[in-house]
Amino acid sequence: MLGWGRKFSLFQYPFITACCGMEYMSVACAHYDLDRFGMGWTRFTPRQADMLLVVGTISHKEAPVLRTVYDQMTEPKWVVAFGACAVSGGIYDNYAVVQGIDRIIPVDVYIPGCPPRPETIINALIKLQKKIQKEGHEWRFQRKKS
Amino acid sequence: MAISKEKILEDLKQKFSDNILDMTVQFGDDIIHIKKEALLDIVNFLKEDPYAFTMLLDLTCVDYQGEEERFEMVYHLFSLSLNQRLRFKARLQQNDCKIVSLTPIFKNANWLEREVYDMFGVHFAGHPYLRRLFMYDGFEGHPLRKDYPLRKQQPKIHLR
Repeated sequence: MLGWGRKFSLFQYPFITACCGMEYMSVACAHYDLDRFGMGWTRFTPRQADMLLVVGTISHKEAPVLRTVYDQMTEPKWVVAFGACAVSGGIYDNYAVVQGIDRIIPVDVYIPGCPPRPETIINALIKLQKKIQKEGHEWRFQRKKS
Repeated sequence: MAISKEKILEDLKQKFSDNILDMTVQFGDDIIHIKKEALLDIVNFLKEDPYAFTMLLDLTCVDYQGEEERFEMVYHLFSLSLNQRLRFKARLQQNDCKIVSLTPIFKNANWLEREVYDMFGVHFAGHPYLRRLFMYDGFEGHPLRKDYPLRKQQPKIHLR
């Protein structure tokens, strides 16, 4: 019951660094309308959010910022790696880019694609909802390892 | 009064004959290979009337690893009143990769030179604040040099 309530009231914090942001805007706005799934509310501070969307390339210079943002979010919290760069570093296999944000923070759902189609994103977020539905209450007692 | 490109090149050749190594044309752009000591004089000369090359479009560097004069500095100048572009190239030795800074003449050279310093390790004499521009403090080496390992990463924080 708690999971059912939670999955339809995800407050998202989009951490947008690159071109996938365009795709995110299209998903979040009227065309694909994330509000249908109860994710319409964008929070402008990580302290009020429970779903972190990492949209775009994360460089090593930026990595401490992303970890701080994740640490500031209150439990329970979920992370979505949005697009090939956030999943694995994408085409940027070089000196500057982190090879996947799971090197920095734990990730719940990975969305591949460069950029991903809006349908892919919606599919992934529905999968995240299913995951939240099944989740127990251990988070109260066991902090996720970061 | 418009001055043709041929006239500009002719004037340069006359005034700086000792310091101009070569003049070539590539894809319709004139390239002037100069000695690095003469850079400041030539740019100062061109910035004044009647040439008025008052705009530094770009400033960058190329690494020719394995050659004696390893680094090649590239300067793009533009004259708004004449609508003319010129490209200057100056070679630097590997063990003395140092060239005079253009910051006293062009303000925008400040960050461009910081970028070249960050990526190639070229030093600019007379630069007011020569610090890394893109990479973070504690980053070792210069990533756009050809001898920087292709996938070498230097994380700022401990990765999982």
